[in-house]
Amino acid sequence: MKTKKITLIGLLIALAFVLSYVEFLLPLSIGIPGAKIGLANLAIMVALFLLGWQEALMLSIVRVILVGFTFGNMAMMMYSLAGAALSFAAMLIAKKTKKFSITGVSVIGGVFHNVGQILVAMAVLETEQLIYYLPFLIVIGTISGIVIGIIASMIHKRIKGISNLF
Amino acid sequence: MKRNDIILIAVLLVVSIGLLIGVNIYRKNNTSGSAKVEVTVDGKVYGTYPLDEDRQERIELADGSYNILKISDGKASVIEASCPDKICVNTADIHYTDETIVCLPNKVVVKIVNGEENDVDGMTR
Ligand SMILES: [Zn+2]
Repeated sequence: MKTKKITLIGLLIALAFVLSYVEFLLPLSIGIPGAKIGLANLAIMVALFLLGWQEALMLSIVRVILVGFTFGNMAMMMYSLAGAALSFAAMLIAKKTKKFSITGVSVIGGVFHNVGQILVAMAVLETEQLIYYLPFLIVIGTISGIVIGIIASMIHKRIKGISNLF
Repeated sequence: MKRNDIILIAVLLVVSIGLLIGVNIYRKNNTSGSAKVEVTVDGKVYGTYPLDEDRQERIELADGSYNILKISDGKASVIEASCPDKICVNTADIHYTDETIVCLPNKVVVKIVNGEENDVDGMTR
């Protein structure tokens, strides 16, 4: 039982890493600093709903560190860590209230990820004008959250049947 | 999706539209003729250049990264950069007060500031 769980976590880390790489390759240069589709959140959502919050949190941290060292620089890793932390806390609270489906939780995760990144950037760069990007970041986070939430709930439905293995 | 999800999405969209309108009203009221371009690196002022004077400036960072700022026709843009995401290069030209071009990886911010304001507190950071 334990081995299966570890294997699944390993798989999800690999998935999150690959999804981050795909996102890095996408030519999504729309001129909005801090905007992320957050494809990797798919893996984190699956972990959150299938395994538990500790596993999902670990996955989230490992992903940020791996991706930061591989594709980014220290500054990017710092924004990303802030985004991931805020997003994770918000998703956890949203899930605990039981008021939202996977899609709702995913939307909250997407929005808070982008908001967290820009808040840290505002503090580090001492440029409060970055707040102007907030409306765009909320919209992008919402749309990507919806898409990722729908995919995550489809995956969740399929593996739920065998989830008693974990 | 649940009903709450839909409500959440609707609220988020309304909030962002409200923010967008607010920002644009604020900006329109803050445009002046004597604007300058202020470049900051890691929160510190790197240089200030008049917006009505065409020029090209290479912003060199300690670690070898760079952004190239171009000012022409009263507008500022970043035309080349060493950062991985190139978001700064793809940002549209700016000319309204408080508009920004941001390079998160290089910690570079290009900002339009009002000339008079800048004389008072521009260099105190
Ligand atoms: Zn850049």
